[in-house]
Amino acid sequence: MTDWKVGTVTDTRTETPTGRSITISVDGWPGNLAGQHLDLRLTAPDGYQAVRSYSIASVGDGSTVELAVDRFPTGEVSPYLVDDVLPGDQLEVKGPLGRWFVWTPEDTRPIQLVAGGSGIVPLIAMARAHAMSGSTTAFRLLYSVRTPEDRFFADELASLESETFHVDYVYTRSTPADWPTPPRRVTRDVIEALTISAADAPGVFVCGPTGFVEAVARALVELGHDPQSVKTERFGG
Amino acid sequence: MTSHVDGNALAGSLSEIFRTDMTTAVCCCGGCGDTTTIATEMVYGTDALAHGSIVRCRSCDDVLITLVDTPERTVVRFPGITTLTVDRETPPA
Repeated sequence: MTDWKVGTVTDTRTETPTGRSITISVDGWPGNLAGQHLDLRLTAPDGYQAVRSYSIASVGDGSTVELAVDRFPTGEVSPYLVDDVLPGDQLEVKGPLGRWFVWTPEDTRPIQLVAGGSGIVPLIAMARAHAMSGSTTAFRLLYSVRTPEDRFFADELASLESETFHVDYVYTRSTPADWPTPPRRVTRDVIEALTISAADAPGVFVCGPTGFVEAVARALVELGHDPQSVKTERFGG
Repeated sequence: MTSHVDGNALAGSLSEIFRTDMTTAVCCCGGCGDTTTIATEMVYGTDALAHGSIVRCRSCDDVLITLVDTPERTVVRFPGITTLTVDRETPPA
């Protein structure tokens, strides 16, 4: 049984026009694997409670966790986290949760990550774990965002790029000025061109809005990937 | 109604009832026999208006689990699961 723990916000950082990262110090947090999530509970003065699941961007031991949250305009919880929460505020969290959508350095398959929007959060945890562990396994990230301003962790992703970690961006609404392709969606052809081939039998982790994840997972299977090796995390929307 | 999410999302709720991480448990659907981890089944009702969650079979849509949370109690039903297999090696939730 996993109990609720009280966390204190220690830092917030604007990542995109609609999203930010939040660092929370949690007494008794046991550390977490890359890709796990936590449940976050807010309680209103009248006792009303709302619980939401958020993927964890941070990885490893230690009692701080980093989340990155995108604002759903009609949401109950995300506007508070993106617009209002301040260092010193307290939040209740439960976790780490889930051992299925997880990457550990013992996994030596090539790894393809596919993110839509804030679906990057559990995947940057995997990219961080890959870099921290010194794993020589090939990692590749396909990251779909509406515009360049909508990229979470853009600077860090650039700094993580190496011989064993490559990032490809797909812009769906507007691109950087000198970008070689017009705005486009992550179609089967795009996936075929910009991801590790099924012939190399990679593990694949896909995270994003439900429609995005379904389209990507379907295309991956059509391209010959073993459905068992394609792990998905939909966050609704 | 918002679209569904993955069984992953129920890790927290199920951890209040079960000793281990249930999202990696393998369940067999009584409707069609599809066998997979709970993490890969479809979960409906995680939005603000929901008073609980419904887990449906990814293959035939049959209702596998219903979960209702109130401040006083949790009520879980397993109307559509014939077999639930939990790995002894799974660490505590």
